[in-house]
Amino acid sequence: MIEIKNLVKHYGQVVAVDDISFKVKEGEIVGFLGPNGAGKSTTMNIITGYLPSTSGTVEVDGYDISLHPEEVKKKIGYLPEQPPLYNDMTVTEYLNFVSDLKKVPRDKRKGQLSDIMELVGLTDHRKRLIDNLSKGYRQRVGLAQSLVGNPKVLILDEPTVGLDPKQIVEIRRVIKALASDRTIILSTHILPEVSMICERVVIINKGKIAAEDTPDRLSQNLGKMSKLNLTVKGDKESVLKTIGNMNNIKYVAMASKSEDGVFKYVLETKDNSDIREELFYRMAECKMPILELKPSAVTLEDIFISVVNKTGITEKEEE
Amino acid sequence: MFAVARKEIAGYFKSPIAYVLIGVYVLIISIFFHPALISGYGDFVEVLGDVGIFLIFIIPILTMRILAEDKKNGTEVLLLTSPTSLGKIVIGKFLATFTVFMVIVVVSFIYPVIIVIYEGAITTQLVGAYIGFILLGASFCAVGVFASSLTENQIIAAIISLIILFTMWIADQYAATVGGIMGTIMEWISVLTRYNTFTEGLLTLENVVYFLTFTATMLYLTVRVIERRRWIQG
Repeated sequence: MIEIKNLVKHYGQVVAVDDISFKVKEGEIVGFLGPNGAGKSTTMNIITGYLPSTSGTVEVDGYDISLHPEEVKKKIGYLPEQPPLYNDMTVTEYLNFVSDLKKVPRDKRKGQLSDIMELVGLTDHRKRLIDNLSKGYRQRVGLAQSLVGNPKVLILDEPTVGLDPKQIVEIRRVIKALASDRTIILSTHILPEVSMICERVVIINKGKIAAEDTPDRLSQNLGKMSKLNLTVKGDKESVLKTIGNMNNIKYVAMASKSEDGVFKYVLETKDNSDIREELFYRMAECKMPILELKPSAVTLEDIFISVVNKTGITEKEEE
Repeated sequence: MFAVARKEIAGYFKSPIAYVLIGVYVLIISIFFHPALISGYGDFVEVLGDVGIFLIFIIPILTMRILAEDKKNGTEVLLLTSPTSLGKIVIGKFLATFTVFMVIVVVSFIYPVIIVIYEGAITTQLVGAYIGFILLGASFCAVGVFASSLTENQIIAAIISLIILFTMWIADQYAATVGGIMGTIMEWISVLTRYNTFTEGLLTLENVVYFLTFTATMLYLTVRVIERRRWIQG
């Protein structure tokens, strides 16, 4: 659906996007992740045809944005970082204007707009002046704007930024609902958002793609079952001794005391071996019951930081 | 194109700006019309010739926000990512400003009507003068749209168009003194000489083409300015 090849964008001397290539299949939700200033917004501005690229191509549904801009723009709904709103219009006036701009046939317009307003929760605010709306509602109007004309592709630049937690949950729900029949690229620097909504993640740092995979697989590659968090009831010395005597243990240490006679431990195994079963029987033999056992989850934060740091280091080495 | 024009026209009449500008300009016309009325020499052609200069101040205020505001508020993204070409967007913006100007023209028809009521007549000369006035307004609006594309600050946009229009207005006075190629250029850009031929009752094809070409060129330059900025900056 979207194919980006060797995309480069210079702003004068500054290289904002440095040779990015990736594909997004039809119906996919891709999270575009990166620290501020990584080139997310620039890439999105190029995909939507707002900015021209210095070199490289963007194809949407087989059309090249630089050769057939109007064809591509018809297929894309875009919510920029700052929602493009006219403060002197009411919500309905504004969405009507957008429908005009996007050439939505007049007979379809009314139904489509009321569907969109229902979906993003603007129905009660449709007669309000945009100037008088709160940040969260302005964001919704921006999202509504991107849905006008029922585009197949949605490009959303930080759709949940600046919203309160309840609104964030709602907007995420809306985006998930939209995903059923659309291709979505969504940028964010909020990591849990990506694991919640996206099927695939593209991590971008300093204008380059640092990693690209599903959120789960990204965590697996770093995580596996090598690190365990453990809570055991019993004497701490004998627990440490028992575990220490097992095979494949890299290290074990007490982390904290939780209740009387109950301690928390962390341990790591060698070669990613899974010792959970063995551990259970050993402790049972010694009459030291395991109250809690879980693999130490590697969060996207860990991946993000490790990936971003890695690209940072290699660049320094190159220099 | 018409979507943009409709939206902008509605915007003008939702805020006080259109009413104030139309009101002020009609007041100016009235002030110039008044002596003609009491002297019993009802010649509106001359009045049109006299009030032309005041468009230099009215039009920049009318046009200053037309593109600058979109840039400042980030709504430019919406326009440029919509499936409408940049040329059509600029023409739509221009049509909106021109429509407000045409409201002034239509309101000013009241004066010829007064003349007719007091047994004067509408001359072909007046029709010619009106055509000149409308063409002048169109070219001034185009200059204003162009100036508005240069900056995101409305005041600066107004000042730029004021300077351009003022230069165009006085160019012919200095054309002779400057002389040479520069003088020829100044004579060529002088709208006053051309506008005067209309109010003197001379409707020449050359001048009509001049104003239309001038308007089109300004709008073309506006498109180029926006295109160029897309390439240079983010």
